[in-house]
Formats: sequence, structure tokens, C-alpha cells
Amino acid sequence: MIINHPLLGPRDAAEFIYLGDAALIDRPDWQAEDAMQQFHDYAYLRDNPAGPHQELWYHEQGDRSWLVVTRDTTTHDITDVQLARDVARSRGRDK
Amino acid sequence: MRYSAFRIFREGLTGNKGWKPVWREPDPKPEYDIVIVGGGGHGLATAYYLAKEFGMRNIAVLEKGWIGSGNIGRNTTIIRSNYMLPGNEPFYEMSLKLWEGLEQDFNYNAMISQRSILNLFHSDAQRDAFVRRGNAMMLAGADAELADADQLRSELPFLDFDNARFPIKGGLYQRRGGTVRHDAVAWGYARGADSRGVDIIQNCEVTGFDIENGRCTGVQTSRGAIRAKKVAVCVAGSSGRVMEKAGMRLPIESHVLQAFVTEGLKPVIPGVITFGAGHFYVSQSDKGGLVFGGDLDGYNSYAQRGNLPVVEDVAEGGMAIMPMIGRARLLRSWGGIMDMSMDGSPFIDKTGVEGLYFNGGWCYGGFKATPASGFCYAHLLAKDEPHPTATQMRLDRFVAGNLIDEKGMGNQPNLH
Repeated sequence: MIINHPLLGPRDAAEFIYLGDAALIDRPDWQAEDAMQQFHDYAYLRDNPAGPHQELWYHEQGDRSWLVVTRDTTTHDITDVQLARDVARSRGRDK
Repeated sequence: MRYSAFRIFREGLTGNKGWKPVWREPDPKPEYDIVIVGGGGHGLATAYYLAKEFGMRNIAVLEKGWIGSGNIGRNTTIIRSNYMLPGNEPFYEMSLKLWEGLEQDFNYNAMISQRSILNLFHSDAQRDAFVRRGNAMMLAGADAELADADQLRSELPFLDFDNARFPIKGGLYQRRGGTVRHDAVAWGYARGADSRGVDIIQNCEVTGFDIENGRCTGVQTSRGAIRAKKVAVCVAGSSGRVMEKAGMRLPIESHVLQAFVTEGLKPVIPGVITFGAGHFYVSQSDKGGLVFGGDLDGYNSYAQRGNLPVVEDVAEGGMAIMPMIGRARLLRSWGGIMDMSMDGSPFIDKTGVEGLYFNGGWCYGGFKATPASGFCYAHLLAKDEPHPTATQMRLDRFVAGNLIDEKGMGNQPNLH
């Protein structure tokens, strides 16, 4: 697989470390009433779709940026790559 | 029809005209007591033990493709019970005991060969960890044997003992481990279940679950609706997409694991050898091919095929520990989809929906677990309480922190 890095251009996927579902960006509020349940769901449950999947890849053997990669889990086709920082900010995170 | 040497002899003299299809091809009935979703090894074993051990007959096994077309046809055929934790080891030891009696039990040749499995170690710390695991195995009634480098040099002279990075200091044997003819397991269970009245329905995909007021009353399929008192899902690899139809999120990711086989060679490797530090394990099939594999590709996948970096990694691991295989030519490689759970251990449990049961999360240990998985799932379905060896394989174990985490990796499924 080739990941088209937004800053560095096309890179071999072997340069990256995989973390998992990009929903991990959306960390629950630790002060919520049901924080225990929310953190359980956050840490342990996954949508695990067969089809397009947004996921976190870390460019360990490159510029060490985190990316949000949209990839089809039935074909391994990559359709979109963004910096995780930009995705987090667009969802209202400060960093 | 009962298989025996006498039968082969008689059929040989009469032109082999007496052999019959091994199972029927019935149309689905409108209602069953139990509908098992998934006609793989575990689903067929569940049906077999429900019929044989728990006296239930009105059962259907629904399979999307042909039976045994999933992971029981795509694994590397190894059986073993060399686990450590109390939630796992008694279960896998029960499985190995069931393997030992399986061919007599279901009267089918599964070519079960207890040719031993060996885990290599390369440092003092790793030896200590293996000693601990061996002791845990023996406490659960399994066999374990520590071998030092001298013993291995005489038994397996082809290994690279003086590898610069991973010198071989010894290994942990389980002599009762070995290999099985994997497809024959599915066929043997299917035949045994069918002959006891279980309907095995192929080319029948489940498209939805009928859930009313928190109770599952049946399934929608590509061959019409089927009502059921109990619905038992058993589709490891596809658990995510099947349970999604029941509105359920699971502590599971689906990952691809590759395997490889070489051209046939004369006998060179006596048992199963695993080189965990280098991500490589190998055995030799009865046909002579070296069957080997390594690590997951490491990203979510339903594609049943992997990518080249892992092919390279596995080949490097093999060459590092066993340089003699460098001249063997690769015949095939393939990928299977694993339910990778959040602690590396499986689930055999009820769900939050009454009448809906779940079996999955087998990671890459599903094949060896087939008999015990079927037996324990049948126990749960028949009695509505878990089998004593499977009480910890609960879907909700993460809520209370009761993980069964053999490797201590936490919720990082691609590292288990």
C-alpha cells in the first residue's frame, strides 16, 4: 500500500505504524456522569466496518506525523489522507 | 454409513459404487429450536455436540457459501494447548483432549498427528517466562517439556543455533501438540451433525436478525425468513459485519493474517517449530509442503489477502532461523480474516439480546479451539450457562477489567 502523505507525497505503508479507528481522536469527557461507560466504549468497542474506514497511521520512519487515512477494508484502496492534527482541529480540539 | 477398513476393502472389490454423499442438502424449514449462523469448523462442531452430547435435533446451520469455506480452510492446521492464564489454559487443554479422541468420536479420518510443537527461546529472561508457562500448562493437566540447546542441536540440527541476534538457547516442547487435516474437521463434524438430523443449509446468507422487545425470534436470510428459539452467531472473521446487523458493536477488529506453502519436499521438519521472536512458525504437511506464517499485516482488513512487506518479513524470519529453506520455492500464499479481540482472547457468551448468542474473537487461535469451542458453545446454548472451562470468555469482561491478556498488550488488537 502507498499512503499519499499530505506533506511528503506518496510513501510506502511499511514506514508507518497502525493504531486503529480514527474515532480514537474523539476522547470522551472524563467529567461526564457516565464517563466510565464512555471510556469503556472508547477504549474497547469498534465499528469495524467492511468498507470505507477512517484510521490513524503514524509516520514513524518519516516525519513522525499522525495521519487520518480513509481506506476501504475490503480492497485496501486509500481514498483520502489528512493530517490528524487538522482533523482534530476541525472537530473542535485545540491540538 | 460407518467408515472402516473393512468398508474400504468391500467397496474396492465392488467398484466403489456404495459411497454416498456425506451430508444432505435440505431446504430450510420455517422454524428451528436453534439456528447456528456460520457453517465453519466452530459452527459445525457446535451443531455436532448439541446433537450428540445434549440431545437436541431441531437445529439448522446456515452458511453463506459452502461449509468450511472460511478460516477452517485457510489456517495452518496447528493444534496445541500451550497457553498460560487460568481463563484460557483449561479450555485449550480440553480442546486438545477432544482432538485426541475426535477421529474415533466422529468416525472420520482427520489425519490428527501429534508430532509436537516447539517454541524457541533466545535469552535467560525468555527461558524464565517459558518455564513459568510450562508450569502453568502442567497445573492445568497439559504436558510441557523444557529442552536445552544441546538437546535441540541433536534433534533439529538444521536450525541456526548461533544466529547473531537470536541465538537459540532452548525451547519449550508440547509433545502432544501437532497438526490436523483441517478440511476433514469441517467435513467430519458436518457428517456427524447431519446424520443426527441437523439441517446444514449452504448458500444461505443471513441478512438480518428479527429482534423485538429485546428478544431475537429468528433471522432473515437470502432463502427466506427462519424463526428460531435461539440464534447462535459463530462467524469469526466476519463478526463485525454480522453483529452490526443486530445493532451491536464488539470489542473486535478484523485483521488479515497471511500463510504460505512451499512445493512438496521430502520429510525435513519433524514437528511444528515456532520462532516467535522473529515472527515465523513452520510445519511440514503430509504432502511435503512447508506450511508457514508469521505476524498479522497489522491494519483492519476484510480482503482475505495481505501485502508484500509481511511476505518479506516472514521470509526473513524463516531464513534467519532455518537457512535450509532458502532453496524451497513458494507454491502459494493466502490470507485469512481474524476476529482480533481487545485482549487476544475469545468470546463464548450470551449477548444483551435474549435468544441471541455470540461466539467469536478467536484471533489466530481458532482452529485449535474448534472442538472445545463447539462443545462449550453447545453447552451454553443447551443449558443457558457457560461450560466450566469457558466462564471467563465473556463479552462484558472489559467493563470489570477481567481481561484474559496472555501477552499483556492491552487494547491494541494488531499486537496480540
